[in-house]
Amino acid sequence: MSPSIPLQEMIRAIRSARTQCEERGVIQRECAAIRAQFRQVDNGGARSHNLAKLLYVHMLGYPAHFGQMECVRMIASPRYSEKRVGYLGAMMLLDEKQDASLLITNSIKNDLAHSNQYVQSLALCTLACMGSAEMCRDLAPEIDRLLRASNSYIKKKAALCAVHIVRKVHDLGELFAPAARSLLAEKNHGVLHGAVVLITQLCERNPEALERFRKTVPDLVQIMKGLVISGYSPEHDVAGISDPFLQVIICFMKDLLVATNTDSTKTVGNAVLYETVLTVLDIKSESGLRVLAVNILGRFLLNNDRNIRYIAMTSLQRIVGTDHNAVQRHRGTIVDCLKDQDASVKRRALELSLALVSASNIRTMMKELLLFLSSCPPGAQIRCVCVSVRYAPSQRWHIDTILHVLTTAGGDVRDETVPNLIQLITNTSELHCYTVHKLYRALLTDISQPSLVQVACWCIGEYGDLLLKGECQETEPSQVTEDDALDALETVLQSHMSSPATRGFALTATMKLSTRITENVDRIRSIVSIYGSCMDVELQQRAVEYNALFRKYDHMRAAVLERMPVIEKNSSGHTNGETAGDAVKEIQPAAVKQTGPLLPQQPANQVCDLLDLLGGSEEPLQPSTALGLPNSTSTAGGDLLDLLGGLELTPLAPVPVYEKDGVSLTLICEKTSDSGMTVTLTASNSTDSDISVFTLQAAVPKSVQLHMKAPSGDFLPARGAAKVTQMVALNNPNKVNLKMRIRISYNTSQGSAYQDTVQIDSFPGL
Amino acid sequence: MMRFLLLFSRQGKLRLQKWFTPISEREKKKIIRDMTSMVLARQPRSCNFLHWKDLKIIYKRYASLYFCLAVDNQENELLALEVIHRYVELLDKYFGNVCELDIIFNFEKAYFILDEFLIGGEIQETSKQVVNRCIESSDMLQETMEEYMSKPAF
Repeated sequence: MSPSIPLQEMIRAIRSARTQCEERGVIQRECAAIRAQFRQVDNGGARSHNLAKLLYVHMLGYPAHFGQMECVRMIASPRYSEKRVGYLGAMMLLDEKQDASLLITNSIKNDLAHSNQYVQSLALCTLACMGSAEMCRDLAPEIDRLLRASNSYIKKKAALCAVHIVRKVHDLGELFAPAARSLLAEKNHGVLHGAVVLITQLCERNPEALERFRKTVPDLVQIMKGLVISGYSPEHDVAGISDPFLQVIICFMKDLLVATNTDSTKTVGNAVLYETVLTVLDIKSESGLRVLAVNILGRFLLNNDRNIRYIAMTSLQRIVGTDHNAVQRHRGTIVDCLKDQDASVKRRALELSLALVSASNIRTMMKELLLFLSSCPPGAQIRCVCVSVRYAPSQRWHIDTILHVLTTAGGDVRDETVPNLIQLITNTSELHCYTVHKLYRALLTDISQPSLVQVACWCIGEYGDLLLKGECQETEPSQVTEDDALDALETVLQSHMSSPATRGFALTATMKLSTRITENVDRIRSIVSIYGSCMDVELQQRAVEYNALFRKYDHMRAAVLERMPVIEKNSSGHTNGETAGDAVKEIQPAAVKQTGPLLPQQPANQVCDLLDLLGGSEEPLQPSTALGLPNSTSTAGGDLLDLLGGLELTPLAPVPVYEKDGVSLTLICEKTSDSGMTVTLTASNSTDSDISVFTLQAAVPKSVQLHMKAPSGDFLPARGAAKVTQMVALNNPNKVNLKMRIRISYNTSQGSAYQDTVQIDSFPGL
Repeated sequence: MMRFLLLFSRQGKLRLQKWFTPISEREKKKIIRDMTSMVLARQPRSCNFLHWKDLKIIYKRYASLYFCLAVDNQENELLALEVIHRYVELLDKYFGNVCELDIIFNFEKAYFILDEFLIGGEIQETSKQVVNRCIESSDMLQETMEEYMSKPAF
């Protein structure tokens, strides 16, 4: 067994070890020696050195749990030096989770009653540092006794120990309340400090205590005044300000004084000012004080010291909700801080700037923010976009900004941005030309940003005709030929940087262009057929379907691929037509309601052909519009074949309800929601003469709500050449037995008016 | 309330650790690793305040040592800087022109000084002179006791 070496020697030996392995060797030897020494009963003054060595080893990160029992023994020793190291070891090695910590409770109790104040202080310090709830409960009466009866050195430590106890065991707060009150009368700053902290803790935990201690506010004001006004006290002075620590802690007690004589060139003065400002802002002070507080914060913002600027911005963030205008005045400085080198300052400045954006200053702010975008972390950019969404002054500016964000940081934008942006573009119909030109140019320069490329492809496909026309009021005209557009799309398709989703976008866009352009249809066919054997299943499926569209359903191609109607924002967040088969049913009534009038009558014939192919019954206009929607907007699925399959699943046969004098009325009803449904009435005229001014009126039972949409027309040509449809929306919340009475009125070609009524008692399809 | 105080060198070696809340050993090691990597990565003239989980971290570099103090969210950061500075002044007074080696070889004394200045995560004594006097008295007590104990008992 090698002889043990003194602490300093060991430290030197460890430090001189050149490799990790050597160091470990030294430490293992030492630990073995220490263990052996611990096992010996008594070896004079070396015990404390051994424990100190062990503590050093522990600080380096090596295990030292075998020293715990030694700590317990050392604490119980009568020697002060051993007690000191023992308590230090207890604070470092024992915490409340260790069982050995309970063993020292008795020693602490004895030491708290020791005659020597330094021994008492050791015990108090250890208890405050690692006292568990059990220990606190046991020793609380002792602490209370010390709070009242001892000298100021012990009192201050006892006060802070009481704070720890209150934090651990909330109920014991009651025990310390009276003693705390009396402590406020002390002169000693340390005791005062401890007392104020204790009272703060008590008030935080217990609102009743708060009431009681409210009466002490005048005393605190006195103390504060004494500190500020009284002369120079060398003991507690820091750079000309008497006892800033005590001042701050009293401020923290939510006092009302404003420290006006503090010099703010030093950090210390600023600390006191800052605390005062926080106090003023937290309590419900009058507006004059608040303005003063904001002004002080403004002065902080102009300070050169980064720390001061940082805390100023943190505080302004807290009040920007309530005192918005006051903070707006400092907007310039805050925006300047965006350019600071320091990451913490930049982050705070960004948060504050985003909070300050309003409709009036959005343009200037966004300019600054966009400059900042190129250098800032990804998360911030999305928030910039959200902010711009809220305050966009004009659509064009909005689109410009989002495009800018996409070009600089498109990779980090959320997925929802793409459909949101597309929806925004469709909504601003006057800017289609401008948007598509800009996007085309952006696509030419850079195809690495996925969201940008997706939006650009979609726009080119959708508004390709506008792009090719070449003239546009809002941007310089550029001659884009069909080949150029197809080249761009092909680059996207073939680039290795494009994700499968992006390629899907590009393929669909290429397909859409086939109806918009006149000459290069063959080129498009060849592109599409190449992808019919692509490895990616999604692309292959699309390509095969588009091929089918070219070959078998060429007559329908124009209808299927024509311009998209305005997309309504879906509240649930899923894009229209995302899921293929199931969604068709839901889309149908919605589609018909909104897009019915937009869709020209022409495709109706082609639709009928489609239905003939299916061999299904004649259905009114509903499915035709549904075809257009899912195909173009979906990023996954939504292909023709699935759609046709979906149609097969929902045959809706019209039910004849009225037949007289050649005028017949059929009805189809469909449930749209739990209590609502749509009834579509179709009228046709099989006589040889035309019928004009054909109107329908409907009545329903009282509890049912009825809403009649505009009819498709009021002219029924002879021999069923055309039909008139009328949609009626019904809402039946009470689920009564649904009946409807319909009055038909029309004028024959001879000019006579005719009226009839029919009652419908049963609604098929319900 | 202060949560912990760490002292570490420019190379990330820990010189002093004081924890004011009960934390497991593994957690402590993880926190030490996080703190050293975060603070050592900072630029020289940047802001002294950091945000980490739900705590504020205030750090200051004195010569080759980083002093890193973690406080609750509602504490005053500027005051925490002052606390660090006050501790350095106390060490300086005690050791006389303190340097890192002093703290390495006399770490237990650094702890004793800290215990006279902070207790349970709060400042206990605001006067430098009082703290210094207490430390000196404790040291005197230690020496006299040792002398007394090592004298042979007749």
